[in-house]
Amino acid sequence: MMTLLQAVIRRDLMLAWRRRTDVATVVLFFLIVVSLFPLGVGAEPNLLRAIAPGIIWVAALLACMLSLQQLFASDHADGVLDQMLLAPAPLSLVVIARAFAHWLISGLPLVVLSPLLAVQFDLPAELYPVLTLSLLLGTPALTLTGAIGAALTLGLRGGGMLLALLVLPLYIPVLILGAGAVDAAASGLGADAHLLLLTAQLVVTAAFAPWAISAALRISAE
Amino acid sequence: MEASILLWYCYTRLTVINIDLAKPVSAASRNPSMLEAHNLEITRGDRRLCSGISLELKPGTLLLVSGSNGSGKTSLLRALCGLLLPSAGEVLWNGENVRSLREEYGRHLVYVGHANALKDDLTVAENLDVLCALSGIETNPEQRRQSLIQFGLSGREHLPAKSLSQGQRRRTTLARLSVSGALPLWILDEPFAALDSNAISHMQSVVGTHLTGGGMVVMTTHQEVPIAAPTLRELNLDGFGH
Repeated sequence: MMTLLQAVIRRDLMLAWRRRTDVATVVLFFLIVVSLFPLGVGAEPNLLRAIAPGIIWVAALLACMLSLQQLFASDHADGVLDQMLLAPAPLSLVVIARAFAHWLISGLPLVVLSPLLAVQFDLPAELYPVLTLSLLLGTPALTLTGAIGAALTLGLRGGGMLLALLVLPLYIPVLILGAGAVDAAASGLGADAHLLLLTAQLVVTAAFAPWAISAALRISAE
Repeated sequence: MEASILLWYCYTRLTVINIDLAKPVSAASRNPSMLEAHNLEITRGDRRLCSGISLELKPGTLLLVSGSNGSGKTSLLRALCGLLLPSAGEVLWNGENVRSLREEYGRHLVYVGHANALKDDLTVAENLDVLCALSGIETNPEQRRQSLIQFGLSGREHLPAKSLSQGQRRRTTLARLSVSGALPLWILDEPFAALDSNAISHMQSVVGTHLTGGGMVVMTTHQEVPIAAPTLRELNLDGFGH
């Protein structure tokens, strides 16, 4: 069974490597959206510092959602999803493997790039670790939550827009806690409470999302 | 507090995996395996495709499902796989409903669907690796290479699937059958579609070998392809339509 999960992760990474442009699109989207704000609101350092966590988090959220539409769609179209449903391992584990690979491809680059983007907003250097850590804890939760939406909207016309409407409200707690962590650290309150709640959110999502995704995939495959 | 949540989480996950590993590979390997369907009724949208279908497959049986286009052959096969929930009736594997067996059923089953399940960006060999892993077929690279050669794909192992012709794509997805003799039940949806006569005759022998070795095959086809089967059953869905 472990070989199956390894094969799934290896396949997803290999496919991402063959379609590098798709991955680059998500990362560039994130970079550009974040970079637009300093240009739009003007070079007022205090204002930029105040809005930085929120902007970076919202951009990460949108970038995550953008990449999610393809999570199951191509496998559904070419019949690989049927093979996954009939695989000899529990579907929820296959789903975890896929979500993990997806996060490595489209979530981790955002985490790594975030300190670089924080420079544009003149965010104090001591807040970089908090920002990165909050994204590191938050983006896997975004991927898992979004995957439920991706599985539910599979095979629907205009699924992309519906996915956004379904998933964005569910992202609100992660957004509040993630951006709040940086704000709290900036105001000297310490980010511990926010980061712990974010961890709790991730743990709960990781425990329940795979079952929800599996159920949605079974329905969509009929 | 959060540490205990994490511990609890890790513990539940591990037990899930352990239970799964501790399960016997095949609870049914002691007695001969059998696929049954009782009074299946399949509905797509408002249309009833077929109803009252009962069948029983024992080792060595080939079930040929025929019927005109749109008579519900693919839907019936998907219902037998457990992918589609029949509107009435049930599909049983060794007496247990396949919808509740889930991955346990997947350990005994190879399904070759209407779609080829190939990724355009992966090579022929990589696609076969992925399909073998997903079907739970235990193979080594040499066996997989041999099966590609048998299906006339030697020299094309490293071509991306998008550069193949329809027939070659079909051959790639069928190549896993050469190495799936250990899985008793094969469900094949139009396996001969787009194949040339060489590939068809090879498929005949692969399916024939599986059947004489005690396997079970459910197959739809529009072509008259004789297969040497210990027991042959035919099911024409046109008689079940409404």
